[in-house]
Amino acid sequence: MKTAAYVGLSGKEKAAKVKKTRTIPPWLKGFVVPVIILALWQYAGSAGLISETVLPTPLAILASFYELAVSGELADNMKISIARAAGGFLLGGGLGLLFGILVGFSKKTESYLDPSLQMLRTVPHLAVTPLFILWFGFDELSKVLLIALGAFFPIYINTFLGIRGVDAKLFDVARVLEFSWRHQITRLILPAALPNILLGVRLSLGIAWLGLVVAELMGSSAGVGYMIMDARQFSQTEKVFVGIIIFAVVGKLTDSFVRLLERKLLKWRSSFQGTN
Amino acid sequence: MVVSIQVAEKAFGSNGKRAVVLEDIRLDIERGEFLTIIGPSGCGKSTLLKIAAGLDTSYSGSVTVHDRKVTKPGISQGFIFQEHRLFPWMTVEQNIAADLNLRDPGVKAKVQELIDIVRLTGNEKVYPAELSGGMSQRVAIARALLREPEVLLLDEPFGALDAFTRKHLQDVLVDIWQRKKITMILVTHDIDESIYLGTQLAILRAKPGRIQKWMPVGLPFPRNRTSLSFQHIRQKVLEEFEKTEQSVYTEGAGI
Repeated sequence: MKTAAYVGLSGKEKAAKVKKTRTIPPWLKGFVVPVIILALWQYAGSAGLISETVLPTPLAILASFYELAVSGELADNMKISIARAAGGFLLGGGLGLLFGILVGFSKKTESYLDPSLQMLRTVPHLAVTPLFILWFGFDELSKVLLIALGAFFPIYINTFLGIRGVDAKLFDVARVLEFSWRHQITRLILPAALPNILLGVRLSLGIAWLGLVVAELMGSSAGVGYMIMDARQFSQTEKVFVGIIIFAVVGKLTDSFVRLLERKLLKWRSSFQGTN
Repeated sequence: MVVSIQVAEKAFGSNGKRAVVLEDIRLDIERGEFLTIIGPSGCGKSTLLKIAAGLDTSYSGSVTVHDRKVTKPGISQGFIFQEHRLFPWMTVEQNIAADLNLRDPGVKAKVQELIDIVRLTGNEKVYPAELSGGMSQRVAIARALLREPEVLLLDEPFGALDAFTRKHLQDVLVDIWQRKKITMILVTHDIDESIYLGTQLAILRAKPGRIQKWMPVGLPFPRNRTSLSFQHIRQKVLEEFEKTEQSVYTEGAGI
């Protein structure tokens, strides 16, 4: 299509036009909006239009970040938070994968287990938080379990869907080729379900991270969530912002990691990649 | 006799709306023959092939391969589907090996030999998404051949391909048949294809599917589509089709 549109142009014009569309590289485009917002924000704060306790300026937040990083407070809190999220994710996600496979493979386990699991799924996180504290106390166990509860369902559902979505025509091929039971699972069902499983992993990681915030805000003595609660009580708004930004950045990084994994493991897929 | 297919009756549907698809069919194929089955769409030729493969077992009759009754699909009855049905997450060589271990040097060597035979050398590490329809179908053929089947069953394997690719693949198939001396049964609705490939030709008529005519194709390979003898056989096949059409008309219209 492009060539057809440029048919009427001379060589020079063509070159100019091509050059024009290439001035902003794609990876830079994502930065345009945030940079404009940051500039406006900094200006509004410096000019005294907004109170420092309501909305600290980007530079104040940066200073606070530097302070927290140098004192080691940030690293300590992050370590604890990441350990909690990872523990909850591994526990919940692992069980989700296991149950997804079990229920996906057999209609019988599906009719026994799926209705109960679907019922549990609709119970909101916040509703069970008091129960978890009551049962498991205020320490690490209740937090990890709360995160695990959230992380369980996306992997469970997507693994199940992936397994049930395997093309029946390929099962015919597996029968003709006399695949053993083991090969049917490792060479047909799991690879075919992998796109769904990885999607489940991505969603679960996101939810584990959200569960972490709930768990840490409900009461804890360490972690990024605790840091935010503590700073709020002393009206250190810039510290609250640092905490929020940390949550956002780490969440995005884990998501990028899974996408990288997707690109590596699913390189056989040739699906629509979106237009420029 | 390598393959013997007997179908007394094959019907779809339950008692109320029962439709007989195949009736009174007997096919005996000698070792090394290339049987082509040709018939109009809906005559049950694909169903017949699925029965021969063991993919369809709800019929009255029996199928034997080397005096062994076929009750389920398996590697001794290689099957090529109309679509290639490759595993999209496996490369060409992985698809051919499928459940066998490519790290085994014996398997690896055989896979490589077959890749050369189906003329895909250099594409070992390519995924199906990057292959053309014709290339994919050649991978499927290699996958079946690796298992050294007693008989290779092909269900309109080139039906979805363009004319040039189809002709090329027909030559590849003849080449494989001559080299490996495998018994083949190919179902098609393309008259030229059935004459170009077959040593034996069975014409199926529809409603219910019965064998209308069985004729040997005594032409030497490589065959020439434009030769007089080829055209002569073509003429005979067409005449048979006209006969079926007439009988369908008289039965259907009740004139």
